[in-house]
Amino acid sequence: MYPSKFDYHRPSSVQEAVQILSANPDAKVLAGGHSLIPVMKLRLATPSALVDIGRIDALQGISRSNGSLRIGACVTYDEIANSSTVQEAAPLLAEAAGQIGDRQVRYRGTIGGNLSHADPASDLPAAALALGATLHVTGTGGSRSISATSFFVDLMMTALQADEILTEVEIPAAGAGTGSAYAKWEHPASGYALCGAAAVVTRNADGSCASARLCFNGVSSTAVDASAVGASLAGSDLSDGAIESAVNDNLSIPDATGDMFASAGYRQELAKVMGASALRTARDRA
Amino acid sequence: MAGESNGAGVFGSSIRRREDPELITGHAKYTDDLQLPGTVYCTILRSPYAHAKINSIDSSEAEALDGVIGVYTAADIEESGTPGAIPVGWLLPDMKIPDHTMLAKDTARHVGDGVAIVVAEDQYTAHDALELIWVDYEALDGIADPKKATADGAPLVHDMAPNNIAFDWEIGDKEKTDAAFAGAAHVASLDIVNNRLIPNAMEPRAALADYNSITGELTLYMTTQNPHIHRLLMSLASLGLPEHKIRVIAPEVGGGFGSKIHHYPDEAITAWASMQVGRPVKWTATRTETYITDAHGRDHVTHAEMAVDADGKFLGLRVDTYAAMGAYLSTFAPAVPTYLYGTLMSGEYDLPAIHCHVYGVFTHTTPVDAYRGAGRPEATFVVERIVDEAARVSGIDPAEIRRRNFVSPDNFPYPTQVALEYDSGNYEGALDKALAAIGYDDFRRDQAAARSDGKYLGIGLSTYIEACGLAPSAVVGSLGAQAGQWESAVVRVHATGKVTVYSGCSGHGQGHETTFAQIVASALGVPYEDIDVIEGDSGVMPHGWGTYGSRSAATGGSAIASAAEKVVDKARTIAAHLLEAAEEDLEFEDGNFFVKGSPDQAQSLPDVALQAYLAHNLPKGIEPALEATSFYDPANFVFPFGTHIAIVEVCASTGHVELQRYLAVDDVGNVINPMIVDGQVHGGIAQGVGQSLFETAVYDEGANLLSGTMLDYAVPKAHFLPSFETDRTVTPCPHNPLGVKGVGEAGTIASPAAVVNAVVDALAPFGIAHIDMPVTSEKVWNAING
Ligand SMILES: Cc1cc2nc3c(=O)[nH]c(=O)nc-3n(C[C@H](O)[C@H](O)[C@H](O)COP(=O)(O)OP(=O)(O)OC[C@H]3O[C@@H](n4cnc5c(N)ncnc54)[C@H](O)[C@@H]3O)c2cc1C
Repeated sequence: MYPSKFDYHRPSSVQEAVQILSANPDAKVLAGGHSLIPVMKLRLATPSALVDIGRIDALQGISRSNGSLRIGACVTYDEIANSSTVQEAAPLLAEAAGQIGDRQVRYRGTIGGNLSHADPASDLPAAALALGATLHVTGTGGSRSISATSFFVDLMMTALQADEILTEVEIPAAGAGTGSAYAKWEHPASGYALCGAAAVVTRNADGSCASARLCFNGVSSTAVDASAVGASLAGSDLSDGAIESAVNDNLSIPDATGDMFASAGYRQELAKVMGASALRTARDRA
Repeated sequence: MAGESNGAGVFGSSIRRREDPELITGHAKYTDDLQLPGTVYCTILRSPYAHAKINSIDSSEAEALDGVIGVYTAADIEESGTPGAIPVGWLLPDMKIPDHTMLAKDTARHVGDGVAIVVAEDQYTAHDALELIWVDYEALDGIADPKKATADGAPLVHDMAPNNIAFDWEIGDKEKTDAAFAGAAHVASLDIVNNRLIPNAMEPRAALADYNSITGELTLYMTTQNPHIHRLLMSLASLGLPEHKIRVIAPEVGGGFGSKIHHYPDEAITAWASMQVGRPVKWTATRTETYITDAHGRDHVTHAEMAVDADGKFLGLRVDTYAAMGAYLSTFAPAVPTYLYGTLMSGEYDLPAIHCHVYGVFTHTTPVDAYRGAGRPEATFVVERIVDEAARVSGIDPAEIRRRNFVSPDNFPYPTQVALEYDSGNYEGALDKALAAIGYDDFRRDQAAARSDGKYLGIGLSTYIEACGLAPSAVVGSLGAQAGQWESAVVRVHATGKVTVYSGCSGHGQGHETTFAQIVASALGVPYEDIDVIEGDSGVMPHGWGTYGSRSAATGGSAIASAAEKVVDKARTIAAHLLEAAEEDLEFEDGNFFVKGSPDQAQSLPDVALQAYLAHNLPKGIEPALEATSFYDPANFVFPFGTHIAIVEVCASTGHVELQRYLAVDDVGNVINPMIVDGQVHGGIAQGVGQSLFETAVYDEGANLLSGTMLDYAVPKAHFLPSFETDRTVTPCPHNPLGVKGVGEAGTIASPAAVVNAVVDALAPFGIAHIDMPVTSEKVWNAING
């Protein structure tokens, strides 16, 4: 590949990384490189410098404490999918990460890169929304936390400032009676989500629905929280029929994406089918 | 492996491919791997517009970039005196042949049309400089749809071709066919789009040119399926160098599927650049370039009708096709939708009347040319879809209607209404074998039961025939080919009895090094390990026509067999002399000559070879050494046939099509290596399934390619496909020495119809007659809900 010329930096701390970023407005963070390198190859991105955050220890690691799961931004999909800690505390995230691309992609791609890139068809944003993730970021001005709900702004746009790095993803660990599922309709060419439904369902002791959340990748310019579906399921018996009508009556995707692979109308239909399927599986697992 | 070195039993055994260890371990050398001292690099600036006037080109900034050796345009090529013409190698009557130059002069006619080139010291600079060339384009309207392009007022690709029509071609008998329809009990009628495909060979095209200005010799390493054709056309048309001063070498070539047959501008430009700068020049296509410059395949818009009598007998077939040529006439493009298409319209059927009319149409797109199957997949799709539709409208089971109409085994040779004469076949034999293996009757019961549960299963047949093994030279010559289609071979037995075989074919994944050695091992009785096969270098072997059209076994293999036979004849003469016996008293078995009844007093082939080389004691009139050359011109095409069956399940709520089973019974004649034949069938089916369910090149209304990357163009992945089931019947080819046919394209030819027929069968309860390829979930969903 023959990208245009760029400088390469490999800082060893987050502080150093954000310093370089603020000094080079055209610089880009390089994590797993599996979105950035392809666009550089096509010269659709021509950063003046790459700031490789792959060797920063503080961005690695998976831990669980005080009821929350913390995942460093540079943790790969493969690590997430196979981590027993993630499988217990946020099985939805492990399931979604395990469905990304192929093995090579999963060995390189990172959770931080995936969320920061905010490709609407990628597999992790809906899980982050459905799980109520909090994203910790650091810039020259210090650190702050952003809820997943406000993180995804638009197509490939997040709440990150140019000098900010996503450092850690925090997810409340799943409680008792909660089940989740990710149902993905794979794009035949790219393998990304043409429609990916992430569902989290919590049942009361009597089996009825305490809360439900259904979020989507691939159907709009950002990940979508179909909150009306979740709300309408609360209190229901979570029967197939209840799920079906919750989805059919309440699911509408604002500004659904239409492209040469799937029209907006068809995506809406797929979202119903995939959404109901994810909810049923989540219910069965709750 | 057992039997591997035993000469006689080698033909027909599943020897592992000897080319694989190098390929799998990454040691094989492809064009881009080759490094010559002093090599510089070429990149090509390509039009981002489908259609634009080129007002001016300012390359001064690019030329000023450090490391840039030169920037060149069409004007520079013209000034150099190089002819620069990209030729078309197949002529049809009254065909419009527009100029096609190595770089576009004043008009760009498709996205990807070459406009200027950079030569620089390294690849990075060569790519950087492209961004510094300023072209003043004036965008014009473009058109991509081959039928719409013929409408009055459509944007013209070439002013010399009104209505964008390159040729207007027909075959068969129109009056007779019209009369047949007059007497029909049922008429099946379909509008069919054969979707445009992008070849996607794993290795992009590349060239490394080394021009020696002192000797005037050009050595050109390139990704080619046919080095001699490239040499010939470059000598005659594009470069104008004397043929004997051009040496074209095909190093390892990573797939072609037809896309590396053609004479593109790019490899000639690389050679021209080497002549300008006096250094070796390398060009390697980016994947983006392969998408917009490798000749695409298919792209037909067709209307077909079949007349059927009350008993389900076919009376006549009528086909009208608009076939895209793209922006220029690529090397063999005119043959593909004509003589490789219209001539197959009889399928496996005794069809008394056929008429096929084809417009070849210019569009503002990448040129279209041969792509795995070349014309025969398009024909087979038309025939096998209209046969299923005929079954539907006449209320006859699709297997049964085929049976009623097959050419029967005692009817060969069978002259079709569209020029071909089928030499042999047993179509019902293959059908019966396939139906039994798939469990057709059981399936129909399961299907009915599943439907009552809201599950939609479908079965699709494709009882295909194809014509390959291209081809009798005089025949193709009379049809417009500007090429012969015989094949060459040299079988050289060295003094020690080891053998080197040279073939004019040029494999690029097919396994010739293995299969051709198997042919020779059996013919000479020499151990397989003692035989090497060399291809792909116009400086080394006699002229050949290369590898495409499933021709290598039938023509190249036959040439090798006939050269081996000459070697045995000569060796027999020498052996008889050494044994002091009469030639007709000699037996030849497992590589040994002996007098009948005295096998212990034998002269082995290596013994004879040594004597032939020493030449101390040769019979009178016999020349020294032991080798033979053959130029084999086939008597006819070969006609592989068979039955392919697909089983699908369609999900009514999403439209998703799941290919559950795929079974192929092919008859490719005698089989040299069953494992390699299976491999070709598997790959071919995968490619055909790709066309039927996933792949399609999408252009927008203005002829911009929307599916220009692998993110957008769906080549099937392994997990989309079931494990294919393969079986065979064997009807040897009656006219070549090995009884072999061709297998390289059969899978691609048969499978699209099998899959689409299965989908339509699954959707029978919804009354759906046809869905165009690729049969995507959305199209199915729309058909169900529409
Ligand atoms: C063949 C292939 C198939 C794929 N299939 C899928 C799929 O099925 N599903 C899917 O979801 N994805 C898929 N991807 C994309 C993949 O998941 C990428 O890895 C991901 O989108 C980006 O993560 P990365 O770590 O590779 O980031 P990079 O490519 O390194 O960076 C992506 C962007 O995010 C920025 N960035 C990265 N890390 C940070 C950070 N910590 N803070 C701030 N900014 C940051 C970079 O500057 C860049 O702009 C595929 C990719 C390939 C090549």
